[in-house]
Amino acid sequence: MPDLKKFITDFGWPRIIIFLFLVFLFIAAPFVNVRIDASIADVLNRFGQSAVLVLALVPMVQAGCGLNFGLPLGIIGGLIGATMSMQFGLVGFAGFFGAIALAAPFALAFGWGYGRLLNKVKGEEMTIAMYVGFASVMLMSIMWLILPYNSPKMVWGYAGKGLRTTISVEGYWSKILNDFLAVRIGKFFIFPTGLILFVCFCAFLMWLFLRTKTGTAMTAVGSNPDYARASGISVDKMRTISVMLSTLLGAVGIIVYEQSFGFIQLYDSPLFMGFPAVAALLIGGASVNKASMVNVLVGTILFQGLLTMTPSVINSLLQNDMSEVIRIMVSNGIILYALTRKTKVTK
Amino acid sequence: MSGKRSIGRFLRDNAVVLIFLAITVAAIKPSGYSLTYIGQEIITRLGRNSFLVLALLLPIFAGMGLNFGMTLGAMAGQIGLIFAVDWGVAGWRGLVFAVLIGVPISVFLGWVCGKVMNKAKGREMVTGYILAFFMDGVYQFFVLYMLGQAIPIRSSSILLSRGYGIRNTLNLQIVRQSLDTIVPLKIGPFVFPIVTFLVIAALCVFVVWFKKIKLGQDMRAVGNDIVVADAAGVPVERTRIIAIIISTVLACVGQVIFLQNMGTMATYSAHTQTGFFAVAAILVGGASVKRAGLPNVFIGVILLHALFVVSPMAGQRLFGSAMIGEYFRQFIGYGIIALSLVLYAWRARKEAAAARAQQREGESAPVNGGAA
Repeated sequence: MPDLKKFITDFGWPRIIIFLFLVFLFIAAPFVNVRIDASIADVLNRFGQSAVLVLALVPMVQAGCGLNFGLPLGIIGGLIGATMSMQFGLVGFAGFFGAIALAAPFALAFGWGYGRLLNKVKGEEMTIAMYVGFASVMLMSIMWLILPYNSPKMVWGYAGKGLRTTISVEGYWSKILNDFLAVRIGKFFIFPTGLILFVCFCAFLMWLFLRTKTGTAMTAVGSNPDYARASGISVDKMRTISVMLSTLLGAVGIIVYEQSFGFIQLYDSPLFMGFPAVAALLIGGASVNKASMVNVLVGTILFQGLLTMTPSVINSLLQNDMSEVIRIMVSNGIILYALTRKTKVTK
Repeated sequence: MSGKRSIGRFLRDNAVVLIFLAITVAAIKPSGYSLTYIGQEIITRLGRNSFLVLALLLPIFAGMGLNFGMTLGAMAGQIGLIFAVDWGVAGWRGLVFAVLIGVPISVFLGWVCGKVMNKAKGREMVTGYILAFFMDGVYQFFVLYMLGQAIPIRSSSILLSRGYGIRNTLNLQIVRQSLDTIVPLKIGPFVFPIVTFLVIAALCVFVVWFKKIKLGQDMRAVGNDIVVADAAGVPVERTRIIAIIISTVLACVGQVIFLQNMGTMATYSAHTQTGFFAVAAILVGGASVKRAGLPNVFIGVILLHALFVVSPMAGQRLFGSAMIGEYFRQFIGYGIIALSLVLYAWRARKEAAAARAQQREGESAPVNGGAA
């Protein structure tokens, strides 16, 4: 019994409630004519779509920089890479990996500057990260209008310049990972093998990285900066590395998302993309200063499961469209819960 | 202190205000607007926004940073206005009616907000921000599903065609500018919303008075140092909750004033930008996370809104695209918040480091300008 009690306190009531709610949704689904196999395929697809973005939060949490509400900065890096890859006419795997390769230098440069900034404002990272992210999204919105892109697939038809709000990647690298080795079972179920493999590969790399010398040093900085400094680790350097890594993964994450979604969304759409990722990580059991691969994978499945199942099940159950309200309350409720836990604030 | 150093200090302390002043002045000419037009716009916007910005002051005194949770009060005000329109209470009485409904709700929401923030000491700002998102869900649930179903609404014209839930845009015609125009006043080419200004002036007097009474003193003590205040017997948690409750109530009234001037209400999005605009304004006015006063409020509202008036046209004329002006103004809004938060956090760390260094040397000299 005490074990169970300890487990509940560790895991936290909100997470248990969310988990039970999801189980309930899956049990209720057949009764309201929602197909389980199609739902599971949908959940898997959406899991792969957003898992890398969630993974991107891990390094900064580990290094004690808190939840990276500045994820839009990495997303912008990814958008630059994706649009450039299309502009150069790269298709197929060359297009997808080309986008990542083109995005990487931007993401790393942004991350370096952003990391240096966050080192100057220790203890206030989260609020500042949020506004740095917002401001950069707006600055880039101006850039999307004036940068010299001219591929007819991407710019406004009548003006011949300025990127469109949404750009289809159809014919370039749409669903390139999803369709790779995809297994179709029955009419409704497709297993997106390539996508899941890519996510697992990224998670495995991160797992390995956290066990290297640099990775351990980074975790040490997060759990006890004074101790880390005493043992000769450069706190600021480790933090900068974590931010750069996080920004880079944010860029990769958005490109993975786009290939599955089929569209590149520009202008103010990256504004709030950081919040669902944060919510997913926290639902998986991470806290403001500790996160593992298990948190990422479990959290993304739970959160995306919730996002997929609530609209279909709740809407047919209650005959209205309340799922949006539930989504808002669950995702922000879990972030609030994590923020109000007693944890040491790094100064 | 030499003259040169004091100029340097002035520039450093007012960096945000000066940068902003420069951008705004530079954008006036390309916008092509006359100074009379800009002047009138600023007068209108002073009446519209000042009350909301003033709502931020008390939590800053109490050391809780910028109260992004003020959005909660704005939601309460909007619920009040929905009922005022539904019951057909016209004119300034409608506004009083809306406030009477909104205030109890905002007291409750403020209490909740204060409780939550007490559990998240040291990260009140980000917590308030997320809490506002969360409550947005609750607000939608209430306005979109409860009103017209669980809670009866008399006039079907404000309901969605499906029979429950409020329409996306609420016409506030019956209370439109009813506060601004109680006493019409025109001086030269300018129209002044004189009663609104009087209400704002009354709030300023309240703030000045509040700082002098025991509760206000307690609040400052909590803001300076929680541990010391606690040792001195100040009920820390209670004082912080009171600061947030007052702020939320003021935000509720402020939102009612804001919307009566606008004349229409975007039911599901009017409150989402409230915190952003208010926070941007007070920071542009030179306030920091820890220190703010009445001048910051008014300088901020004037500067921020002057830029907001001119930037779309300036963008149009300079770059041939009004969208660039619009994005630019949002970039400036978010950027200025980020910049002043960074400057503040940076300075605070430097001062802390300086204080530590001084302690190490064993000097007993008082820290100069430590309160700044």
